[in-house]
Amino acid sequence: MLERLQPRGWMMVGIAVAAIFLLVGPLTLPTYVVILLTQSLIYAIVAMSLDILIGYTGLGSLGHAAFFAIGAYTTAIFITRSHVSFTGTLFLSIIAAAGASAIIGPLALRAAGVYFLMITLAIAMCIWGLAYRWVSLTGGDNGITGILRPDLGLPWTMKDPIHFYYLVLVFFLVCFILMFLLIRSPFGKTLVGIRDSESRMRVLGYNIFLHKYLAFVIAGAFAGVSGCLYVYYNSFVSPNEANLGHCMELVLMVTIGGPGTLVGPTFGAFIVVFLKNMVSVYTKRWLMVLALVYVVTALYAPDGITGLLKRLQTRRKLT
Amino acid sequence: MREKVATNRFALECHGLSKRFAGLEAVKNVTLQIAPGERRGIIGPNGAGKTTLFRLISGEFPVTSGTVRLFDQDVTRVPCHRRTHMGLGRTFQITNLFPTMTILDNLVVAAMGQRGMKFSMLRPLSTYRDLYQQAEQVLENVGMTERRGEIVKNLSHGEQRQIEISLALISNPKVLLLDEPTAGLSPAESTMMTEILKKLDSSMTILIIEHDMDVAFQVADRITVLHLGCLFAEGTPSEVRNNSRVQDIYFGAEERPC
Amino acid sequence: MEFWVNQTFNGLSYAALLFLLGGGFTLIFGVMKIANIAHGSFYLVGGYVGYTVSSLTGNFYLALLVACIVITLMGMVMERLFLHNLGGQDLRQMLITMGIALFLQDLCLLIWGGNPLNLSIPSYLAGSLRVGKYYLPALRIFMIISAALLFALLYWFQEKTKVGAMVRASVDNMEMSEVLGINVPLVTLGVFGLGALLAGFGGVVGSAFMGIYPGLDFELLPLAFVVVIIGGMGSLQGALVGSIIVGLVDNFGKALFPELSYFTLFAPMAIILALRPTGLFGKG
Repeated sequence: MLERLQPRGWMMVGIAVAAIFLLVGPLTLPTYVVILLTQSLIYAIVAMSLDILIGYTGLGSLGHAAFFAIGAYTTAIFITRSHVSFTGTLFLSIIAAAGASAIIGPLALRAAGVYFLMITLAIAMCIWGLAYRWVSLTGGDNGITGILRPDLGLPWTMKDPIHFYYLVLVFFLVCFILMFLLIRSPFGKTLVGIRDSESRMRVLGYNIFLHKYLAFVIAGAFAGVSGCLYVYYNSFVSPNEANLGHCMELVLMVTIGGPGTLVGPTFGAFIVVFLKNMVSVYTKRWLMVLALVYVVTALYAPDGITGLLKRLQTRRKLT
Repeated sequence: MREKVATNRFALECHGLSKRFAGLEAVKNVTLQIAPGERRGIIGPNGAGKTTLFRLISGEFPVTSGTVRLFDQDVTRVPCHRRTHMGLGRTFQITNLFPTMTILDNLVVAAMGQRGMKFSMLRPLSTYRDLYQQAEQVLENVGMTERRGEIVKNLSHGEQRQIEISLALISNPKVLLLDEPTAGLSPAESTMMTEILKKLDSSMTILIIEHDMDVAFQVADRITVLHLGCLFAEGTPSEVRNNSRVQDIYFGAEERPC
Repeated sequence: MEFWVNQTFNGLSYAALLFLLGGGFTLIFGVMKIANIAHGSFYLVGGYVGYTVSSLTGNFYLALLVACIVITLMGMVMERLFLHNLGGQDLRQMLITMGIALFLQDLCLLIWGGNPLNLSIPSYLAGSLRVGKYYLPALRIFMIISAALLFALLYWFQEKTKVGAMVRASVDNMEMSEVLGINVPLVTLGVFGLGALLAGFGGVVGSAFMGIYPGLDFELLPLAFVVVIIGGMGSLQGALVGSIIVGLVDNFGKALFPELSYFTLFAPMAIILALRPTGLFGKG
């Protein structure tokens, strides 16, 4: 039993340290760090949902940011026009994002491999275009502004970054637990089977399309949650949330963290968010730094940091 | 679920089965009738269309023309996974396992294929004890109980071929399609595999593609010979063995078969 | 009536630009199965280089020539350095090409700044040609004619020449082509360069047509995707038909339903996916 634990030992320690840091760190850190941590947690939710598709089902969905944007816009539109409650906007965002996935899924899933990558990206661009041009609904290029932090009727105001951080942390933990359960469930195992060998799964009696479709919609729903939280965080949403850069950034988060681990993409989200925000302080050429990260990750660490760690461990085991 | 007792008692029937791939007719007008419990060997030189025929029967490929009937039900338009629920099982010529999973998990996923609980999303898979018991039973049958935690891609080729068959057997198929079960096995391993095949449940209908004639002739009750996509000859093992035209096609005599 | 003729003509000229972008993309994809996210960058850099040459020399055609040469070289270097050994690993390829695209985008920002630039064209292209009772802008006519000529040239090359046959063989079956003695690495290098060249040419022409600014690469790239999805991957004819469809739909969409335009592209894509997922002229 012990030798089964040891290879994972460092991972477990790392996760424990991270968990403690996330729980109590914000009480002592400067505000701007707390704000970045909040943003990281929000993106971690959508990155994990993308990991379900990329890492676990083997579906390279490049357009996932579109569902994030749909969730964000749904919240923004309803909150600025109809004064819906926080839980109301959350619910509506989930429905909208999951609904869009449900409609887009059967079309996108007609393709496989690189075709699927391209089609999901193209569809995301259509959604971007919708947000950009449907000015009467979305405000077009100007986006929607003026979204205030939710009033939850609690003794702590969400306008305080630290309080809002803990709200987001609760959502992150709930989403993480749900996705973790999904991965461990029979359905989660079927997704891995599909990733490993569709042909084998088919002759074993699995309806491949149905499983992929469900995964697609579930991932879309979580992206909707993330989008909703983002709008309250940022108080502003623009079509850029669904542009090509954001679509690829989500993929980068999953890849740099390590696809198929759930924890990896969470780390990936933190890495990318902090990188983008901190590097731009030191140089105007932060896009080039980001470009370097893309290239280096793709060339040398395609299975991410968790993959690197695993390879280090197997090398240690052999020596 | 009890099946109706049909008067037409074939387990598997193919009528005029054809498959065309943009200019190449891989299977031409093949008609087969397999009785329940029969062991039918499918042999033929390379390019005869044997695996393509399997794929038409299993539903992995759509037919260009012809019909497939499983226990007297027309399944020609039925999707692949539904045919499995109707009792069809298949192994692959090139080992097709879940390489990143353990042996045990491979078997569990196989056992789960026809169960409704495969859509369960919140309860951990490990709590479904009956599935694991089923998998453990199969593990015992192939003598790999202590190795249940090994990742499948680290197994030897022969061991992987065993798991390959176990995956198909775990759900007790009524019709089993074996595609070159001894592919890549050493002579000793082939002999062991042949013994396993001979001991399979006698009520199971089996179609077996084989390149190894010894295996085919030992396991099969009847042999069908395919050549260039057509049904070339059919008969008992000794009839086929003594058929000089069959020997000819293996030695490359031109033969326009259809 | 005038509305329809004008819009159709505008749509076709836009289609010409899209063909240059999508044609190169589909060629690259056809041979190497790479979805090149930096393809928009070829267009962008081509446009900027063309702008500089044009500003320095005042010669539009020299700008075209230099830009094409530079972009072709750039494409070939990119293929050799980064993409050569990553065949079949879709996600990795897209990440690398994304990185290269970001790098090039920022480089262009650094060199040429953030303001939109317009490439100057010879005066005879700046006016309009009178055709019947319509006045058709000469530059748009130039775009349509050059795209059509390039298509004809490429099609002839692909179907009628020995080298073209080698490219077609590599598209169909790379392994077999190598076994048959075709120098596949050279073919992929050449095709990549050719695809880049088309995009670069498009960049210069587009730069004269609608200006050039940072971010245009990422704006146009999805259009190239849609062209190829509709037309079919790896098919030159598909790129032509696809770009005409996209050009017309986008243009009429903008004119008739301005709030839904760009999204109107979704409709033809959805139809193709529903009925023929590999595209109109796609294989497999």
